[in-house]
Amino acid sequence: MPLKNMLDNFDIAVVGAGHAGCEAALAAARLGAKTALFTISLDAVANMPCNPSIGGTAKGHLVREIDALGGEMGKAADATFLQSRMLNRGKGPAVHSLRVQSDRVKYHLYMKKTVEAADKLFLKQDEITDILTDENGKLCGVKSKLGSEYGAKAVIIAGGTYLNGRIFVGNVSYESGPDHTLPANRLSDSLRAIGVELRRFKTGTPCRVHRRSIDFSKLEIQYGDEKITPFSFENDKPLENKICCYMGYTNERTHKVIMDNIERSAMYSGQIEGVGPRYCPSIEDKIKRFSDKPRHQLFLEPMGLDTDEIYVQGMSSSLPEDVQLAFMRTIAGLENVEIMRNAYAIEYDCCDPTQLLPTLEFKKIPGLYGAGQFNGTSGYEEAAAQGLIAGINAALKLQGRDPLILDRASSYIGTLIDDLVTKGCSDPYRMMTSRSEYRLLLRQDNADLRLTEKGHEVGLISDERYARLLKKKELIENETKRLKSVNIAPTDKLNELLVSRGTEPISTGIKLSQLIKRPQLDYLSLAPFDEQRPALDEEICEQAELNIKYEGYIAIQLEQVEAMRKLEKRSLDTDTDYSRIKGLRLEAAEKLNKIKPLSIGQASRISGVNPADINVLLIWLARENGEQTS
Amino acid sequence: MNAVCAISTPIAQGALSVIRISGEDAIETASRVFFRADGKEVSSMAGYTCAYGHIKDKSGAVIDDAVLTVFRAPRSYTGENTAEISCHGGIYITKKILRLCCENGARPAQRGEFTKLAFLNGKLSLTQAEAVMETISAQGELSLRSANLTRQGALFEKINAVRQRLITLLGSLAAWADYPEEDIPEVTPQAISLTLNNALETSQKLLNAYDNGLALKNGVPAVIAGKPNVGKSTLMNLLLGFERAIVTDIAGTTRDIIEETVRLGDITLRLSDTAGLRTSDEEVERIGILLAEKRIEESALIIAVFDGSAPPDEDDLKLIERLRGSDAKIISLINKTDIADQSFCEQYRRLAVGRIIEISAKTGDGRDALERAAAELFGAVGDDDSAIFVNERQKDRLECSAKYLKKAIAALNAGMTADAVTIDITQAADALSELIGERVTESVVDEVFSKFCVGK
Repeated sequence: MPLKNMLDNFDIAVVGAGHAGCEAALAAARLGAKTALFTISLDAVANMPCNPSIGGTAKGHLVREIDALGGEMGKAADATFLQSRMLNRGKGPAVHSLRVQSDRVKYHLYMKKTVEAADKLFLKQDEITDILTDENGKLCGVKSKLGSEYGAKAVIIAGGTYLNGRIFVGNVSYESGPDHTLPANRLSDSLRAIGVELRRFKTGTPCRVHRRSIDFSKLEIQYGDEKITPFSFENDKPLENKICCYMGYTNERTHKVIMDNIERSAMYSGQIEGVGPRYCPSIEDKIKRFSDKPRHQLFLEPMGLDTDEIYVQGMSSSLPEDVQLAFMRTIAGLENVEIMRNAYAIEYDCCDPTQLLPTLEFKKIPGLYGAGQFNGTSGYEEAAAQGLIAGINAALKLQGRDPLILDRASSYIGTLIDDLVTKGCSDPYRMMTSRSEYRLLLRQDNADLRLTEKGHEVGLISDERYARLLKKKELIENETKRLKSVNIAPTDKLNELLVSRGTEPISTGIKLSQLIKRPQLDYLSLAPFDEQRPALDEEICEQAELNIKYEGYIAIQLEQVEAMRKLEKRSLDTDTDYSRIKGLRLEAAEKLNKIKPLSIGQASRISGVNPADINVLLIWLARENGEQTS
Repeated sequence: MNAVCAISTPIAQGALSVIRISGEDAIETASRVFFRADGKEVSSMAGYTCAYGHIKDKSGAVIDDAVLTVFRAPRSYTGENTAEISCHGGIYITKKILRLCCENGARPAQRGEFTKLAFLNGKLSLTQAEAVMETISAQGELSLRSANLTRQGALFEKINAVRQRLITLLGSLAAWADYPEEDIPEVTPQAISLTLNNALETSQKLLNAYDNGLALKNGVPAVIAGKPNVGKSTLMNLLLGFERAIVTDIAGTTRDIIEETVRLGDITLRLSDTAGLRTSDEEVERIGILLAEKRIEESALIIAVFDGSAPPDEDDLKLIERLRGSDAKIISLINKTDIADQSFCEQYRRLAVGRIIEISAKTGDGRDALERAAAELFGAVGDDDSAIFVNERQKDRLECSAKYLKKAIAALNAGMTADAVTIDITQAADALSELIGERVTESVVDEVFSKFCVGK
């Protein structure tokens, strides 16, 4: 009997094993779905084809949120980091952001091993070329380059920059995935055939150089933090820095070499049609756009402990290799630099994320999900966050459970996804703290308090971890209450401290919380005057202190959240035809029909929908509901 | 949710006007501005009852006597608690009372909002819903129209300039926070404080200077300017004559400047002619010029007059230069159209600033256009209350913005961290951004990418 091409049946097939794909597959499998994870190369699982680092401003928040929901990235980053720093100390807790340099190969191995070890998760090297649909047009599986078919009830596309990937170096260009892997040249056509709209984006990466060719004495050294905060809330092991990074500057000669050869850049010769990110310009972009800047910073970041490769942050380029070498060698400390991997720009297919629901499922194609760079974002952390949400929602849907939709007030993840599906993006989207209107509530230090419960509800957080969280919450609440009730008497010693810190001495008794509120004072320094202070973990004290210090602002933000959530609760049906609502302006109806918002709140954030349109919607909604009930 | 309030009768001179307040705390709001003559509490009034009393401002001064009618939810037009103040008609008094309500917790209602509330509270039948939606939709168009109208106004430009400064500051703060590793200049508390104080100062100046109600009651300080013999006095006579409304004849603080109160449609002008300029004695002329210049500086409206029968000369150009630097609203009149030369008029049209109107002060041709221009500039366009609404809204947002600016400055002075201060600044910018329908977050992100060199 001839064999059929159908090799296996899965609940969920994940296409692409980068940072989005790994989180998606792990979440789905951990929630009990039989999951396949397909990759073009097993040696590129969770690869970092650009900077060897995890976290950074707002991205660090995402990693901690991923951890609180039961994702893997934080644990992997903790296990394989080389140097850790908390950025923005001194600018306030809302913008504190954790960032680590990672050992690129060790990170890949850690994540590959984790995926391999997961029950119900099948990691397979194969290029997926087709999305399969049954006779009713319903999604039913995927097909590989070799013609093998796999049944699947849901498919998550996490193709990164592989889809029709094309690399540009000067006037040379060739089909390629990131880091010179094979590109996925056929999947885009299949996606288009089932109704996915695709577009071209581009991004770039700088060169990697050999350690021995660098004169470190001419560069500034950058150390890691003495006291290291881990990404994972579950991590209680001691952590230590293993390397240093270095910083240097371009100069006028660098800029001259680049400007003299600018027409040889792929970006300026008009070969690239893709839209590049505004926040991640190539060095030639920076020099052209900011011609008044005499110098630009660059950072040298080791790629791992077992290699001499060093990543040169800040010098992304699509100039030819000879120009790259020439301008690199104008930089102090890099006069004799050896390039090991050249810089390049890469163009790829991705989707317009306004085609997606906040669950990351395609509105028009039930069962198909998108995550990561495929959705128009940039960055490993943004990718992982979406992978986790797509994986969770694909699994929840198969189980007939309610989806996990995080709103803007709950998390950076919710903000990221709401921005993507409501506003879309015109260039690769990067998370920033300034994108969150609730940033004083959404701090990296309280990600666990905000999201562990959700993770537990979904089923990715164990009962034990959740119980620990509840205990922590209780301790924080008790300590906050205590600080608000304890009276401190004016003593000479206390007033001595107050004066030495540059704040008013007190003449009558005062609540301890009133003293903590003063910016010049903190929880720790008041310990000698707080006789009944219980012995508490540092993180408990930190939370109680922040609760008090920022009480006024937190209260305002909570009010804003409440107002926002009221509108978020007024749900709209996704099969509403807005062109039939009388009184709605044409532009608004078109935008609403495109986005198909889930709530009045989401509708109000669509650009081109104004408050009068929202009023019309509210009335229309009231009438609809009235008709249903009467 | 705040109660909403609006003037429910046409904005015009009349015997009575009604101000309606609707919302959960409508009666409470009313009780803060209306005080019963019998000394009883407003809050104890039952539905469908009314009482006579006084409207008092915060200082306790009586503004008007009025009748208050109370409706208790759900038995009111909107289905919510409602208070209706019947006061003496008159634009100034009515608006003053409306503003008092706003200062005491209500917010200005949008057109059609009472009807919308009525519908949402189940007071209108389902078949009426579509009509309501049409009204609100029309309101969208109308507010767009009046917003466009205001966008051309001087006040809007100034508000927008304040907003832009705040966005620039927020952009710097965002770049500094989001790109700690790039060599982005630190935003020092001193720099933040400077920008905030500047923004606050401008806002407060605007709030003080731009008080429509006051302008309507006391008159807009206005001046006729121009070189000798362009027809200033003829114009003055025309304006005095056609309304025949010389209310006072103040031999002002000086011998040389005569101030007249002139009604131009709904607008009252305190108009002065710089008549003393043409004396032969040089010393006196010098003093006259100084006084005229001072008067020009103090005016909210400058009516610049040019002679259309002669080409522009150096004196005209000097005046135009002065006008460009002025904060006042400007109407440029090209006079003597009865004998004017078209090519000269064309030259004036190219040079002149503000609203440009051709007129013959002698024959009176063009005075309608002048009246319309003044009405538009000072926000009292016919029977349409949208302009007043827009101006009230601008004031409301500007006040809200100023409140957060003060908060931000206080927080900064107390040594609060930048992330918290940013929240206040964002609120301040948000309040102003509502006027042009833009979202602060997006403006800030754009600002970061356009102004700063950031990236990997």
